[in-house]
Amino acid sequence: MPLLDVQDLRVDLPVEAGTLHAVRGIDLSVERGEMLCLVGESGCGKSMTSLALMGLLPRRARLSAGRLDFDGESLTALSERRRGQLRGRRMAMIFQEPMTALNPAYTLGNQLCEAFLRHRLGNRRQARERAIELLERVGISAAAERLAQYPHQLSGGLRQRVMIAMALMCDPDLIIADEPTTALDVTIQAQILRLLRDLQQELGTAVIFITHDLGVVARIADRVAVMYAGEVIETAPTQALYANPSHPYTRGLLSCIPAPGKTPPGSRLQAIPGVVPSLVGEVEGCAFRNRCPLVREGQVDAARCERTPELRQLAGAHQARCHYAEHRAATRVVQPELSP
Amino acid sequence: MNALSSPGALADQAGAPTGTETDGDIDTMPALELCALSKRYTLGGGLFKRGRALQAVSEVSLAIPRGQVMGLVGESGCGKSTLAKMLLGLVTPSAGEVRVDGRPLGDAGQKALARHIQPIFQDPYSSLNPRKRVAAIVELPLRVHGIGTPRERARRVAETLDLVGLPQRAATQFPGQLSGGQRQRVAIARALIMRPDIVICDEPTSALDVSVQAQILNLLLDLKQEFGLTYLFISHDLAVVEHLVDRVAVMYLGRIVEEGSREQIFAAPRHPYTQALLASALTPEPGLGVPDIGLGDVMPDPSNPPSGCAFHPRCPKAQARCRETRPALMAETTGVSRAACHFASA
Repeated sequence: MPLLDVQDLRVDLPVEAGTLHAVRGIDLSVERGEMLCLVGESGCGKSMTSLALMGLLPRRARLSAGRLDFDGESLTALSERRRGQLRGRRMAMIFQEPMTALNPAYTLGNQLCEAFLRHRLGNRRQARERAIELLERVGISAAAERLAQYPHQLSGGLRQRVMIAMALMCDPDLIIADEPTTALDVTIQAQILRLLRDLQQELGTAVIFITHDLGVVARIADRVAVMYAGEVIETAPTQALYANPSHPYTRGLLSCIPAPGKTPPGSRLQAIPGVVPSLVGEVEGCAFRNRCPLVREGQVDAARCERTPELRQLAGAHQARCHYAEHRAATRVVQPELSP
Repeated sequence: MNALSSPGALADQAGAPTGTETDGDIDTMPALELCALSKRYTLGGGLFKRGRALQAVSEVSLAIPRGQVMGLVGESGCGKSTLAKMLLGLVTPSAGEVRVDGRPLGDAGQKALARHIQPIFQDPYSSLNPRKRVAAIVELPLRVHGIGTPRERARRVAETLDLVGLPQRAATQFPGQLSGGQRQRVAIARALIMRPDIVICDEPTSALDVSVQAQILNLLLDLKQEFGLTYLFISHDLAVVEHLVDRVAVMYLGRIVEEGSREQIFAAPRHPYTQALLASALTPEPGLGVPDIGLGDVMPDPSNPPSGCAFHPRCPKAQARCRETRPALMAETTGVSRAACHFASA
C-alpha cells in the first residue's frame, strides 16, 4: 500500500470570470521513502496540489477527490481537528522562501519546538534536545546558541537548513518541499539538495519535491510527474523519463534548456511557442494541442487531439497523457519561430 | 527573423551615436571599459558616530569588445548589481571610471549615458509601470530625450514592437494584460528604442518559465546580431551564460576573481571559486546525483571582509599565504584566463 494514494484530485477556485480549474483530476501515489518530483511551469497546478495534500488550500477553494488516502486513511473524511493532528506531525512542509515562512518575531528555538510541543511528543527539555540534535544534523554549528537567534540573523542557506530541521522535528512520514532551493544561490542549492537527499534516504522519509528545474529533478528524484495545465501529463522513473520522454511537452521542456556540450553556444534554442490555455471554464481535448509540434506540423491527426487523452500506460511504470505517446518523429530538430 | 524589419530606418532616426563610424581606433577599442571601478557605502553612523564602510565593488577593471557578450556571474551579494547600477548611472562610483568607445563618461550626465547604455531588468512585473499603456512605456525614453514629433515617435514604437516580436495590438494594452514573456519583450523594446550600443541585462530571464526563457534568449541573440549590440549579461544560470556569452567574469565579494573567454572559463577554470560554481550547476543528467562541493554556507560579511584572499575561509586549497596576502588578478596572458589566486591551476 502506498503511503499517499491520490486519485482524480480536483481543485476549483471561483474567480470573477467563472471557475478556475487549477487541478484537473490528477492521480499520484508516493511510496514510503520515495522522492517524487512534481515538475512544471508556473500556473500548472503543482503548488495547489501540494496545498491540497497538506489541507492548506485557501478557504474559497473547492476540493474533490476520488481517493485521497494517507497511510490507508481517507483525508477527505477527516475532521479539521484530526487533519490538524496529522499536519506538522506526520506530514510536514518546506516552503520556497524561508524568510516569509519563518516568523521574524520569534526565536528559532521557539519555532523549532512549537510543533513538537503542540503534538505533545515530549516536554520542553526534550523538544530543545531534539532541536539541537537536528540543527547539528542539518549542518548548523553552535546549535544551542542558535536557538536564541532570530531568523534575520541567518543567511538564506542557513534559514533553509533551519526549515528542514523544523520539518523533521516530529519525524514525519511525508515531507512536501515546494521549490525549497529556488531562492538560493547555486552553490548553496547544491548543498541543501544533498542534505535533503541524504536525510531522506537515512530516515526513510517520503518526499514530494516541487520544482520547475529539470536539472534538479534529474539529480534527486526517484520518480517524476510532469504537470501541465492542471494535469499530470507524464510520469515515469527518473532514468526512463530522461531517456525516453514520451509527451511532446516533456520533450519541449527538455530541449529548451541549453545543454552544455550538446547545444552549440549562440545557436537558437528550441522554444515552446504559444501560451498555456486558460483554465477558467472547461478545457476540452488535449490541453497542449495548441502548442504541440506534432499537431502544428501535421504529423498526427489533429481531430483525435480534440478528444481528451487518458494517462496511458507505456513500457514499465511509464505513463503519458498523449494519444501519440509512441510517436517518435517529433524528436527531429524543429526550428521554432521568433514570435510567441 | 521576419520580425526584424528595417533596422536602417530606425538607426537613422536615432539621433544618438550608432557606432557605425569606421575609424580604425574605434574598431579596436572596447565598446565598454571599466577602469578600477569601486563603490564604497557607509553603513549606520550618525552625527557624531562614524559608520562602517562596506566595499560593495573593489577595483573592477573589465573591457567588453564591441558586439560581444560579457557574462558576469557570482553569488547574491557579490556586487554584480551594484556594478550594473554604476554602469547605468544609478549609483555614483567612489573611484574609477567607465569609458564608452574610449571616452570617459564621468561627467557626461545621466541623459548622455542613457543614449549609450540601457538596462533590461530581471522582473518584468515590477520594472514596467502598471498604469501606463505599452506604447507609452516604450515611447518614454524618446520623449525624455526630446526625439522626434509625436507621429515619428509613434512610428518608432510600432517598429520596435515589431522588432521584439510583439503584436501591434499590444501597444494599447497595459502590462497587466500581458504574459511574463511578453512583458520582458516590452522591457527589451524600451531598452532598444534609444538605439543604445550597450545593453546591461540583469538576470533577464530568471523570472520566466523555461519555455519562455528560450524565446527571450533567442530574441536577445537575434538583436545582438542585427545591431551589433554589446551586452553585459548578469546571470546565476551557468547553462544560460555558457550558451550566450563570449567572455565571462566571475565576481566574489566585490572583486573579479577570474576573467576569460567562454572556452577558458568553462573548459579550464583556474580559480577554486569558479571551479566550485561550475561544479554546483546541475545539468539535466540523471544518475549523477548532487555534487559535494564543500564550500560551506556562509558568504563572508562584505563590511568585514576576510584578510588576504576574501575566498580563503571557504576555499579547499587555502594555505597560510592566502590568509595574509590578497592575490592580484593576473595580467592577460595568451591562452589562459586571468585569475586572482596564489595557487591558480595552470
